Amino acid sequence: MKRLITVGIAAGLAVAVTAAAKADTLENIKKAGVLKCGVSQGLPGFSNPDNKGAWTGIDVDYCKALAAAILGDAKKVKYVPLSAKVRFTALQSGEIDVLSRNTTWTFTRDTGLGLNFVGVLYYDGQGFMVRKKLGVKSAKQLSGAAVCTNTGTTTELNVSDYFRSNGLKYKVVAFEKADEVVAAYDAGRCDVYTTDRSGLAAQRTKLKNPAAHVVLPEIISKEPLGPLVRQGDDKFFNIAKWVLNALLTAEELGVTSGNAGAMMKSKNPEIRRLLGSEGNLGAKIGLDKEWAARAIKAVGNYAEMYKRNVTPLGLARGVNKLWSNGGLLYSPPFR
Amino acid sequence: MANGIPTGATPARAVWWRDPRWRSLIYQAIALAAVVAVGWYLVDNTLSNMERRGITSGFDFLSNTAGFDIIQALVPYSATSTYGSVFLVGLINTLLIAAVGVVFATMLGFIIGVARLSSNWLISTLATIYIETFRNIPLLLQILFWYHAVLKPLPGPRESINFLDVIFVNNRGLYLPLPGFNQAFLPVFVVLVAGIVGTIMLRRWSRKRQAATGQLFPVVRWGLFAILGLPALVFVLMSFISGPPMEFGIAKLTGFNFEGGMVVIPEFVALLVALSVYTAAFIAEAVRSGIQAVSHGQTEAAYALGVRPAPTMKLIIIPQAMRVIIPQLTNQYLNLTKNSSLAVFIAYPDLVAVFMGTSLNQTGQAVEIVAMTMAIYLTISLVTSAVMNWYNARISLVER
Repeated sequence: MKRLITVGIAAGLAVAVTAAAKADTLENIKKAGVLKCGVSQGLPGFSNPDNKGAWTGIDVDYCKALAAAILGDAKKVKYVPLSAKVRFTALQSGEIDVLSRNTTWTFTRDTGLGLNFVGVLYYDGQGFMVRKKLGVKSAKQLSGAAVCTNTGTTTELNVSDYFRSNGLKYKVVAFEKADEVVAAYDAGRCDVYTTDRSGLAAQRTKLKNPAAHVVLPEIISKEPLGPLVRQGDDKFFNIAKWVLNALLTAEELGVTSGNAGAMMKSKNPEIRRLLGSEGNLGAKIGLDKEWAARAIKAVGNYAEMYKRNVTPLGLARGVNKLWSNGGLLYSPPFR
Repeated sequence: MANGIPTGATPARAVWWRDPRWRSLIYQAIALAAVVAVGWYLVDNTLSNMERRGITSGFDFLSNTAGFDIIQALVPYSATSTYGSVFLVGLINTLLIAAVGVVFATMLGFIIGVARLSSNWLISTLATIYIETFRNIPLLLQILFWYHAVLKPLPGPRESINFLDVIFVNNRGLYLPLPGFNQAFLPVFVVLVAGIVGTIMLRRWSRKRQAATGQLFPVVRWGLFAILGLPALVFVLMSFISGPPMEFGIAKLTGFNFEGGMVVIPEFVALLVALSVYTAAFIAEAVRSGIQAVSHGQTEAAYALGVRPAPTMKLIIIPQAMRVIIPQLTNQYLNLTKNSSLAVFIAYPDLVAVFMGTSLNQTGQAVEIVAMTMAIYLTISLVTSAVMNWYNARISLVER
């Protein structure tokens, strides 16, 4: 009897101690030898498996850069496709290390979920797509329309806010998966398809006749899309943040995947600090000197990432230009 | 005594922990304590971890504004309603699809089940093909199939199929006139209620009389007259006295879509068809097994007494078969209710779609929302099986 109780207490304690052990994301990634990255279930330009099953897209490139910086190999990424609904739970529970899944940075998500947004990888805004034959020129003419969209996204809230503030009526038809939204819109269930404008451009390619549809000029919301990590692990948060900044700074300084090796010998001190040939910035975030150089060699700078992934969708850089070219992208200095 | 076996004297009292009664009590207490401890540990661990990571918890969110719209709400709902209302709207939508689905699946299942036993080769083969096809295709595929089968052939709102300018069908839904009642309807309603009550009493009386004398009374005919005929008569009468007791709101094409009237959305139709057709295949098998469980001698005995085939089925076979059918039927009703959560794939706003989907994502309160949803499904299932068990006990063979 007593022995039973003792065994029970010991077992309970053991479980409690294991669970209480604090998670160090960087150590876990190094130990596993692989970065677990949460991505979408297929959004061309952002995260989408190609015909060989390899993941491509700007969100995927960020994961590759992060893996190259930490593990020295951009291939050491395990991609976990997640629906909009389960993405935050997957990160909270530790199933993934980083969530890079065209996710909008909002107040509630940043503060209420125990997660931190690393920065902005793509400045987006919500738009509307309609059939050309409806002859609609502005979103203000959409009163009474049926609107197809995804569940569990900021999109659903924005569209409600927009129609409410403009005194327009509408019916929302919300699906779990993006492919079902496209199929239902194509079948004529809705007059309007709404999501982020980048998403509209990407999903449009899946329609039977993409040319028969038009994206309306209105942008009804701000959608800064960026990667997230768990709150409370500042070391990994810093790494994730500065890998993103390194990709932006590389564009600003003209460092590309092709010339990163040669640029190490550059005379520009900021380039030398970024690539690790001068000083040791890497040590401050728990990495070696050449962390950023590896990341840039793996995926290129931001301009290369954009050109490879987003430009084919027909989306001009717009606000996603560097601040020095009149855009919004701005990295704090490497110093 | 000679062989050493004590006969009359009580054996020496064992030490208390060797007493089987005490021992079983102690083991049960330990097991209970262990379950409570593990449960407490899990809850406490979750709460403290959530607090440490800065994840909001608690049920305050239920009174926050939801901010999104829902396509089908049977209670007043708008984007300014709370998450509590979202929960209610989702729950009602789930109950609606489950209730209507159960009715259709049962009717279809009984017909197919009886058809499978038909002596007509064509009918029984068709029933077999139906059962084997629909119960062997994954339900999700069937739901998606029916959804696109419903949507594809239907025209857009501007080319709606039009029935007498009153009913419209297009790929946005089925638009029916919305009945509105006024005061003149009151007498009609009173007569209707009286008709229903009267029919129930008539049925009781005729049963008693049949048990006593064996005489049959045409209850159905008189019941139909009392429930449908009399109110219709009063309806016409009231129309002459004080104008029509009912007014219909008819849907009208305004801009992109129809406004007004009553709308049945295609998502509901597709989900209803898929769930009913799928579950009916299982119910048909339950019905078949129930009927086959009744000894064929019963049929022969009835025929020997000169009872015709239809009353034999209705009065002798089915009542006995029900005892076998009901427990299986309960399972299928529970399955149908739980399967309705696949609604989210075709945008039908059930509890899982609007509450465990959208609300969870907007608030991030996964633990609370998932727990509430699980509790609701558990409650629905327990209530369903309680009702079915009660019915089963009522119709089961009473042995004297």
